[in-house]
Amino acid sequence: MNKARPQAFKENAHRALGDANLRKALAGLATGFIPRRRAAVEALPEFDDLRARGREIKDHVLAHLDHYLGVFERNCRAAGGQVHWCATAEEARQAVLGICRQVGARKVTKGKSMVAEEIELNRALEAAGIEPIETDLGEYIIQLAGEPPSHIIAPAVHKTKEQVAELFLKHHQKYGKTVRLSEPQALTNEAREVLRRQYFEADVGITGANFLIAETGSTTIVTNEGNGDLTQILGKRHVVVTSIEKVVPTLEDATVLLRLLARSATGQEFSAYTTLSTGPRQPGDLDGPEEFHVVILDNGRSAMLGGEFREMLRCIRCGACMNHCPVYGAVGGHSYGSVYVGPMGAVLTPGLGGIEASRHLPNASTFCGRCEEVCPMQIPLPKLMRAWRERAHDSAATPALERHGIGLWAWLASRPWLYAQAARLAARALARIGRRQGRIARLPFAGGWTEGRDFPAPEGRTFQEQWRARQAGLG
Amino acid sequence: MILEDDANAQRRDAILGAIRQSLGRGPLSGTAARELDERLARHPASLLPERAKGSRQEVLQRFVAMAEKAACSLIRLADERAVPKAAADYLRANNLPLALTLAPERALHDLPWQDEPLLQRRTGAAGEQDLAALTPALCAVAETGTLVLTSGPGHPSTLNFLPDHHLVVLKASDVVGGYEHAWTRLRAQYGAGQMPRTVNLVTGPSRTGDIELTIQLGAHGPRRLHILLVDDEAPSGD
Repeated sequence: MNKARPQAFKENAHRALGDANLRKALAGLATGFIPRRRAAVEALPEFDDLRARGREIKDHVLAHLDHYLGVFERNCRAAGGQVHWCATAEEARQAVLGICRQVGARKVTKGKSMVAEEIELNRALEAAGIEPIETDLGEYIIQLAGEPPSHIIAPAVHKTKEQVAELFLKHHQKYGKTVRLSEPQALTNEAREVLRRQYFEADVGITGANFLIAETGSTTIVTNEGNGDLTQILGKRHVVVTSIEKVVPTLEDATVLLRLLARSATGQEFSAYTTLSTGPRQPGDLDGPEEFHVVILDNGRSAMLGGEFREMLRCIRCGACMNHCPVYGAVGGHSYGSVYVGPMGAVLTPGLGGIEASRHLPNASTFCGRCEEVCPMQIPLPKLMRAWRERAHDSAATPALERHGIGLWAWLASRPWLYAQAARLAARALARIGRRQGRIARLPFAGGWTEGRDFPAPEGRTFQEQWRARQAGLG
Repeated sequence: MILEDDANAQRRDAILGAIRQSLGRGPLSGTAARELDERLARHPASLLPERAKGSRQEVLQRFVAMAEKAACSLIRLADERAVPKAAADYLRANNLPLALTLAPERALHDLPWQDEPLLQRRTGAAGEQDLAALTPALCAVAETGTLVLTSGPGHPSTLNFLPDHHLVVLKASDVVGGYEHAWTRLRAQYGAGQMPRTVNLVTGPSRTGDIELTIQLGAHGPRRLHILLVDDEAPSGD
């Protein structure tokens, strides 16, 4: 079992690499998300121009965040909605619980919301005697499994269909479902049938928001299943759990981001459902919630706005960075032990919860740069991970041995002559140790490498020496 | 408008204060705030992709192609008086009971339903047992084959999600190129800054990729989305 805390990253990753089911499930990233995204991007010649426009819009919003949040609140209230401001996760949990208690809610349905995961809302609801029902298929699967999501848009991407079938067999018996299913379509149908009745029984429907639109006071969700819509139309109250950086000025601004979001996320031209919700049901409406609440969370974001991690707040949560990350693809989302995973999680998690607990996450990168290449918001994720590594170093979150090792390296690397001498010495020594087989089976201080494979022995001369010799030969 | 409690107002002021502190400034000056409000009122459009442009005919053709790519089925009708028969034909072709829940809009009600005497009709919001619904669309967007459906007394949103089969009547003259054109329609219909409770942009039937990233249709919403496209425009080359 993985430990759901970022301190355990190394341990979790080690275990993940030996998990055959996880290997099978994660193989889908390379055959699914990656080629689908590429095809969708190629089908829209303006995609790169739109990225630049999207980035401009987000930068404009972040520079005027206080103003646009104020406009959003005014317009949301004018439409009959209520806005709840929450500085911390605890305040947000209390706000949602308060709304649920006012209607004596026993059961709530939920659409997928990463902010709800961030504030650990389900645990709080359960503790208050309120049953949360996840209705997004992926979220439902992991709720049955008692696990956190392992991907921000495909929460159950780590599960094979056999594992899903096993979960359904175990948990659907109470609904009279006793046949073990094997195909995704049959599993989807069974979940549809089981969850359908829940929408009608729920007192409150909770969704997240991809965007808040200041101009109209609307919240927006982008989904494929339709569960977020049933959740919000059929509940007596619609509660939107969201965060401060999600606001955009106008419908036109949201449009630019919408053109980028689905293509980057699932490789669709557009998701099946993009829904704008404004206030409660209006006079004469035959359906829709009687109340509309927007819970807006800060939880460290306003502080991020002031420093070098501001660019992270442009993130629109598409998941492209993790889909393309070789580290994520090898160890899966649970290894991170945090709600936000992959490269975006490695930058955001320390921003929200501090670098001390999550110092391993910015190290979970080879700096290959694919995350930045595919990010629709052009967030320089490798640069930001490097910045966190430096902070970890400076703040003494890094253990002393590692810090002194890096210090020694830095001292040596900034003295070229000495460095060349040391490298010569090391190359000669290693060549000697490995001269018989051309490889070295065990090496002090490099146990992490030699434990799993041999270290190739140098041939005796350093790169610089060979380079100089070759230059001389050419001249 | 609902009165706000003091604690919430204090929390808001603290969060906005923290934002301003990080931005290294106080509240925006009157001029700066006015500039932003002016931008909101102007709601400038950004880059419009080529595929959102074109002649009426091109826009219509693109809509049809993109809707079908998104797994919609679509039939073109020369006249809206052909809607009842086309709806009944769809039900028959899919071996469904001849029953339809109609959005309670006048224009749908006034169609010649007497042409299909065996078709059972009900009007209202969707119920748990409804298998097929017929609704109007405000407009549709060619660039991705997307329908724009709004809530209101004449078109409750549950009809868009609960029934297995969602049939949508769309006039060709209501097909626009890009989303920006749809926002223009929306503002014209409801007033600037005003919205119906729900605006659904619907692109194909419900789907999920949550089990091994394989796409399955009919996750929670409709399994099928069938568009009845009424050619109400005079043929022209513009």
